[in-house]
Amino acid sequence: MMTLLKIIKYQLHDLLRGKWFIIYIGVFFLLTDGLFRFGGDSGQVSLSLMNVVLFIIPLVSIIFGTMFFYNSREFMELLLSQPISRTSIFLGLYLGLTIPLSAVYLIGVGVPFIYHAGVQTGSYWILLLVGVSLTWVFTALAFLIAVLSEQRVKGIGMTIVLWLFFAILYDGIVLFILFALEDYPLEKLTLALSLFNPIDLGRILMLLQIDIAALMGYTGALFSKFYGNMFGSVVAVFALWVWCIAPLWLGYRAFSRKDF
Amino acid sequence: MIDIKGLKKHFDRLGVLKELDAQIQENKITAIVGHNGSGKTTLIKCLLGLDKYDGGHITIKDYKLNGDWGYRSQIGYMPQIARFPENLTATEVIAMISDLRAGSTNKADDLITYFRLSGEMAKPLRNLSGGTRQKVNAIVALMFNPDILILDEPTAGLDPISSSLLKDKIIAEKDAGKTVIITSHIMSEIQELADTILYLLDGKIFFDGPVDALIAQTGEKNLERAIAKMMS
Amino acid sequence: MQLLRTILIIPLVSSALWAGLVEVGSDYFHTTISDGLKASLPGDTVRVHPGTYVERGLAISHTLTLIGIDNPIIDGNHNGEILTVTADGVTIEGFTFKGSGLSHLDENAAVRFEETNHGRISHNRFEDNFFAIYISKSENILIENNAISGLAISESRSGNGIHLWYCKNINIRGNTISGHRDGIYLEFVEQCVVTQNHSTENLRYGLHFMFSNHNEYNNNRFDNNGAGVAVMYSRHVDMHNNVFADNWGSSAYGLLLKDIYDSNITDNQFNRNTVGLYSEACNRIQVEGNNFENNGWAVKIMANSMDNVFTHNNFLANTFDIATNSRQNFNAFSQNYWNRYRGYDLDKDGIGDIPFRPVKLFSLLTEKNEPALMLMRSIFVEIMDLAESYIPILTPATLIDAEPLMRINP
Repeated sequence: MMTLLKIIKYQLHDLLRGKWFIIYIGVFFLLTDGLFRFGGDSGQVSLSLMNVVLFIIPLVSIIFGTMFFYNSREFMELLLSQPISRTSIFLGLYLGLTIPLSAVYLIGVGVPFIYHAGVQTGSYWILLLVGVSLTWVFTALAFLIAVLSEQRVKGIGMTIVLWLFFAILYDGIVLFILFALEDYPLEKLTLALSLFNPIDLGRILMLLQIDIAALMGYTGALFSKFYGNMFGSVVAVFALWVWCIAPLWLGYRAFSRKDF
Repeated sequence: MIDIKGLKKHFDRLGVLKELDAQIQENKITAIVGHNGSGKTTLIKCLLGLDKYDGGHITIKDYKLNGDWGYRSQIGYMPQIARFPENLTATEVIAMISDLRAGSTNKADDLITYFRLSGEMAKPLRNLSGGTRQKVNAIVALMFNPDILILDEPTAGLDPISSSLLKDKIIAEKDAGKTVIITSHIMSEIQELADTILYLLDGKIFFDGPVDALIAQTGEKNLERAIAKMMS
Repeated sequence: MQLLRTILIIPLVSSALWAGLVEVGSDYFHTTISDGLKASLPGDTVRVHPGTYVERGLAISHTLTLIGIDNPIIDGNHNGEILTVTADGVTIEGFTFKGSGLSHLDENAAVRFEETNHGRISHNRFEDNFFAIYISKSENILIENNAISGLAISESRSGNGIHLWYCKNINIRGNTISGHRDGIYLEFVEQCVVTQNHSTENLRYGLHFMFSNHNEYNNNRFDNNGAGVAVMYSRHVDMHNNVFADNWGSSAYGLLLKDIYDSNITDNQFNRNTVGLYSEACNRIQVEGNNFENNGWAVKIMANSMDNVFTHNNFLANTFDIATNSRQNFNAFSQNYWNRYRGYDLDKDGIGDIPFRPVKLFSLLTEKNEPALMLMRSIFVEIMDLAESYIPILTPATLIDAEPLMRINP
């Protein structure tokens, strides 16, 4: 445990030297600040940020995560010959990246929010939760890909394809299925399909805050139950957890069997 | 004593180690030789747990390797190519490893002086020459005073002075009771250092015995020619 | 008109001056209200002192003022009707009416006015009644500052808070109504003013209008009702300065209009409703100066609605601004403020230089296929909507606001 914390510490130390950190924090800060100055209230700003969060965070997390893993190869090999467990090394690398990434996001979005609108409730907290969750999910996916693929170019290519799939293509396919099977009851299918895309889960968590009035217009009983109370949010958050832990666990398994 | 029994390892379909049996004596310098791709580095990585072997078992000082990592605290390892986080300085790398191992580093300063590295310690590793990096590599391997030293091509890239310094150090370590495993392409170096030779051929041990015995067996005048004869 | 009223009221007031006083209470000669009423003469005042009176079937058949001192309770014990008024010029004031009887045959009310003129019901409380106030075939009645609450659980086992049937010139003002089937129900009613009421948490509609022309309702608040407010089959209805809020559900509307002609909807607030304004077969309605904010659909307008004008409204943070069921459009939208509008105003006249299309392709898709709602705000859908907004293929080409405002209407 101490070793794990120490590895995280060295990762943080190493990462914070880079310029990406300033750039990432600056983008979120300027964007959030700008949206407020443009004359939005906190609800509208949350809404505008939602699309950015659902689009940018998975992309940055998955590409940066893969590159980071490949670039940590030396560090890994150095540690592997030391009396240090692979669990500590893998988790240390993962947390050493996700913690600063999440912190940067929380600061970049949170500070202008508090500055302009005070401590808010509702959609603002969900926005932060979704952003952090997607960071963790897509970094885990990045690590999984990087462990499985030795070739950097191939690995980064795979991450971009995976991101494109979850961010855009998946919803197109779902829409196609919904219209292709129009004549059947689709409630369960739709709910199930949304569980298989972490970006959709994040989006639904936001919808439950922002568009609940429209969602309640839906006639299906299962949907009413899903949207009606905390149930939908709890399910979505739980599924996001699974989306983080499953690839992380698979990546860890591959990592502990890997030859260096 | 390190006891290796029936060690098997393959990459994809290609068998690299094929039920390899060997014993490495304590308090001796054992050289592992063989042509390129004969499995020397793989064998070393199996000993270190860097590569996961597919069959057989390894026992180090009555401890049977099972995937736990604690035994590595008795091993100092110099990889063939030293890999370090490039933007750290040598001082930082040594401090970091000491911190992670929570071990004593009182030997590090002596080793820095010994290898005449004091002037290079504050530079980022990416700016250091290959030889200098190799010396940092040696310090990392030696600084915890391990019982077993595993050195993969230790003198590669070193200038003659540094090379002699390192070889002297290796002999001194043996004299201090350490077990040393070494690979090298320089046969004169092996002849100079090693007590025993493990000759690897096609994933198996082809010869296991004292250096002198090998030379005598082939009737050649030195190790290099003896090995060459065996290979032909 | 004023003169006419004065002439009508003077005899009532003057008669009250010399009228007798009947006291009812446990310490008085008349211990029940029914005794007191029987003993009263036309024009008398019956004063009821504090206490609980378990009585039902009370009848007032001559002009009378019935006043409760410190809110005496009249408990109908959930059996039949409590008080029926069949005379003109009756005032009921200061009581708590409880427990008019639930019935599947009779519309039992706590207080019923039947074929009367110039009545007044004010400052009463109504609790747990089937129907609370029921006015039929009456004129010139004032229903003011009553607090009406029911315990309605199902529509079939509950009645309305204020129920008007074949009435004229009724003023409903400052009441709060909750827990009934419909908060306020009007059928065949004319020249009625509904103002400053708060109708909330009723099972069906906060306000329900049927076949009632020339009416006005303003400055009311309707929120958290099962299905919002419904105005149907009526002409010349003036609706202004009301708040329609928090009506959520699969068929819940801030305001549901069906077969409405020549009416005005001005300066209302529509907040957080599943559908803010729903219009079916409505003609010549002026929708002006309203605020639609945080609704699922701000406006759903069916293609059988024609010649309606939407102008100077604000559309803010709605999931969908306008939805319709056809590519045809016979209504006019101009000079509204749409917070989604991303155009520019080069000539600085406060009007955007490019038109705004408030109907999204995605809203059309969800009309056809409800589960698709799940994909709302996904990047794929946004791309689709963007493409459609440049080249409309499925959305009505003529449903545009050609003069979208750059700044929000004050």
